[in-house]
Amino acid sequence: MPHEHHLKDPHTEQRLFRNRMLVAILGVIALLGVLIARFYNLQVVNYDNYRTQSDENRIQVRPVAPTRGLIYDRNGILLADNRASYNLSIVRERVKDLDATLELIGNLIRLDDSDVVKFRKRLGRRRPFEPIPLRFRLSEEEIARVSVNQFRMPGVSVEAESVRYYALGDLFAHSVGYVGRISDRDLSNFTKEDVRLYRGTRSIGKVGLERSYEKTLLGEVGYENVEINARGRVLRVLERQDPKPGADLTLHLDAHLQQVASDALGDQRGAVVAIDVNTGGVLAFVSKPSFDPNLFVTGISFADYRALSDSLDVPLFNRAVQGQYPPGSTLKPLMSLGGLEAGVISRETKIKDPGFYKLPNDQRIYRDHLRWGHGNKVDLIQALAQSCDVYFWDMAHRWDIDGMHDMATHFGLGAKTGIDLPMERAGLFPSRDWKRGARGMPWFPGDSLNAVLGQGFVLATPLQLAVMTATIANRGTHYRPQMVKSINGVEQPPEVLHNLEARPENWNLVFEGMEAVVNRSHGTGKRAGKGLNFRVAGKSGTAQVVGIAQGERYDSEALAERHRDHALFVAFAPVDKPRIAVAVLVENGEGGGKVAAPVAREVFAEWVPRPDTQEKTAQETRLIEGADNG
Amino acid sequence: MASRDFSHRLSDAHGSLRKPVSLARRLHIDVPLLVLLLVLASVGLGVLYSASGGDMNYVRRQSIFMCLAFTGMFIVAQIPLDFYRRWSPWAYLGGCALLVGVLLFGTGAKGAQRWLEVAGFRFQPSEVMKLGVPMMVAAFLHQRAQPPSLMTVAGALAIVAVPAALIVRQPDLGTSILIAASGLFALYLAGLSWKLIGAAAMGVLVSAWPIWQWGLRDYQRQRILTLLNPNDDRFGAGWNIFNSKAAIGSGGIYGKGYLQGTQSQLDFLPESHTDFIIAVLAEEWGMRGALLLLLLYVLVIARGIYISFMAQHLFGRLLAGSITLTFFVYVFVNIGMVTGLLPVVGVPLPVISYGGTSLITLMAGFGILMAVGTERRRVHF
Repeated sequence: MPHEHHLKDPHTEQRLFRNRMLVAILGVIALLGVLIARFYNLQVVNYDNYRTQSDENRIQVRPVAPTRGLIYDRNGILLADNRASYNLSIVRERVKDLDATLELIGNLIRLDDSDVVKFRKRLGRRRPFEPIPLRFRLSEEEIARVSVNQFRMPGVSVEAESVRYYALGDLFAHSVGYVGRISDRDLSNFTKEDVRLYRGTRSIGKVGLERSYEKTLLGEVGYENVEINARGRVLRVLERQDPKPGADLTLHLDAHLQQVASDALGDQRGAVVAIDVNTGGVLAFVSKPSFDPNLFVTGISFADYRALSDSLDVPLFNRAVQGQYPPGSTLKPLMSLGGLEAGVISRETKIKDPGFYKLPNDQRIYRDHLRWGHGNKVDLIQALAQSCDVYFWDMAHRWDIDGMHDMATHFGLGAKTGIDLPMERAGLFPSRDWKRGARGMPWFPGDSLNAVLGQGFVLATPLQLAVMTATIANRGTHYRPQMVKSINGVEQPPEVLHNLEARPENWNLVFEGMEAVVNRSHGTGKRAGKGLNFRVAGKSGTAQVVGIAQGERYDSEALAERHRDHALFVAFAPVDKPRIAVAVLVENGEGGGKVAAPVAREVFAEWVPRPDTQEKTAQETRLIEGADNG
Repeated sequence: MASRDFSHRLSDAHGSLRKPVSLARRLHIDVPLLVLLLVLASVGLGVLYSASGGDMNYVRRQSIFMCLAFTGMFIVAQIPLDFYRRWSPWAYLGGCALLVGVLLFGTGAKGAQRWLEVAGFRFQPSEVMKLGVPMMVAAFLHQRAQPPSLMTVAGALAIVAVPAALIVRQPDLGTSILIAASGLFALYLAGLSWKLIGAAAMGVLVSAWPIWQWGLRDYQRQRILTLLNPNDDRFGAGWNIFNSKAAIGSGGIYGKGYLQGTQSQLDFLPESHTDFIIAVLAEEWGMRGALLLLLLYVLVIARGIYISFMAQHLFGRLLAGSITLTFFVYVFVNIGMVTGLLPVVGVPLPVISYGGTSLITLMAGFGILMAVGTERRRVHF
């Protein structure tokens, strides 16, 4: 060290230091200038730009979902309601370890695999900081458990949402239908306008009226400008344009009548459709078995869905509009009218029924369902009352398929009824052209014998049979069947599709025959009028089951049961001033008169004694006027 | 040793004989610097209260850190400079040993090892080296003739390079560069020839491309790309810068008002109480606030430069100068980063940002400045 001492020169040192430090000071001043220029650039020159950016961050235009319209029955009983539901949601950006958080949640509340799978799917298409629902419909207890443990799970929150609730559960599953989450498939069908309309809405009508009246129920989306923080939490609303709620629907359906019809059908598979003869309004609409539509509202679990879709009883299948069955002898009143109008038969026509029928030049024997026949002098009334097949075969042979087809078409067979429900099937009433086109074969006389009895190619939905019966009941006025009675209090007028001109005496004869079905000692539908103080007219039917309708899995016991005939019954009441027409189908019920007719009876017993709607309205008006005067 | 600087010392001794030594000087307190630091600390607590969303816990904890840091500063100021000079090699070697220890046994987060845990107490050895390196370089140069010979320069560079390399390995490029800078400042102030400086600058320019290609890690490259084009990835890598610029810019000249900054209060500004705290100040107090803060920093730096000019020895001069310039670099890098001029490196804003460790190191540095500024003019015979 000492050897360097003589080289050290304090003055040089200080000079050098000052020199260097002065340069450094210049550098500092220059860099300070850069910083000041930067602040000036950001805060003065580009102020407006950054102000906008900051506001865009802070202010978000959020869609406000409209309240979905409610659905009432004709008496104001709420069928589809909106309720608050509490969801567990996760903001992905705030969760460090998603798997650990999911496991923690799984320990606190019930969490199915399907919840997690669907959650991960939703995660894939989210906006930053958007809360993604994991579980819906938390119970009070679950909300409490989550809240207590929330500090352990940042990013996890409980949110309220308005969801559909079907108070009467499975009773209206096939008519009112249900809403479900908007799916990828729904989205791919969306127009630009739809995308706008559904901003903020998570559900869409999937089935039933919820689907066919989707746009009516939806309402108009509203908007609000909200101030949010970086986590997307709304701090305050700056401006708001209220959404317009969807329109409320009032149905022709009567919840009580629906319950009666459903109870009468019991555990049997089948359908009941009751129609107001004077408007075409559907009063009861039952398809059994049914299911709980509430399962679908927030997304059904895989297990629940599998149970429903794999069931041999196909509960998701709407038998009333989608089920196509051979209508069997329920077509006989319609065919009678056609035969009478065509002059093929008359009140006086009597035939000999040995228990079978043979076409001329044909070896084939057509057997009546009564092996020994209905006697030697069977007239139309008896043929209807006892469902004599030979009488109608004889008539069909002398008539022609074109006439039958025309008549069936007038009553709505072979075409969609036009009811305001989705996924309706058209059924089938064959014609020469149809057979040539579809089967490539000419029309054989034997085909006519099948058609007149509603067998062979003929298929009809229970709804079509109800419409047919209602059209008979009001003597040829064919109304379009309608579920919705009024929208937001505005009555939907009944719509006449067709007026069938027929001679009154022929109508009288058909009525007489159908009345005989229920009221004569040997009538096949006596059970339909049992103990009622008004008169019922009806017709039973039995449809042969060709194969198993839907099931692919075989169960020997069930198979035997499922090979039995379907039981059918159509009827209207009261005869002198018809108000209600009913069609009943019981799958594999065998005897229409035995199994289906009692169901119709219960519906009549419930409905007919009630005061007529029109009279009731008049009464109410009088009461109100009285109150005003008093 | 005693004969060294005789004439200079004599004139000083003459001066000190004329004037009685003040109380502050006897306590080794530089009053202007202390006042400035106290003002800065108060501003820091005020901004922190807003930046933490009105959370008094942060303010309370930071107050405790500040008390500790100021106490540390006073203690550091009491120790004679000679002591630092003599012990700096040992401190430096110890620091290097700790840095090696960090690489071997260190703990940390996000893939970086920066901490050592001893008996439950966690600390960052790189903090020690923020003062250890300039001190060692100053002590090394103190013993050698100025301007430094080529050998001396090489020695000083080696002193800087070893800890810098160790810290790069952690990896902590930002801290490494700042520590290297503090050592290089001492070398520069000692009179490093302009030719060498020019050559080094050329070297940096030439090696820029190879460093970009092979020397940087992916995340470091990403940060630089983000700097150049922050709007490319608004919700990813560009989120911080996008929002800090929006915060500062939307503050305008007069600001949105205390506690009224939407960017910071609504949590759009990440790290708002630590590295990005100036954005909170600039949003709520506008350009006036930002410039006032800059003024405070300038005054601190001016006082530091004044102290370095007045220092008795080369060691004190170099150390004070280096600490002051490094302080400015911290300010510049932090503000440059938050305003989008520089890539995002984890450098806190001195005195204002929340955090204890860096504050204590910083205040220890000011303690040394005070030790330099209040050194007794001792007359040696």
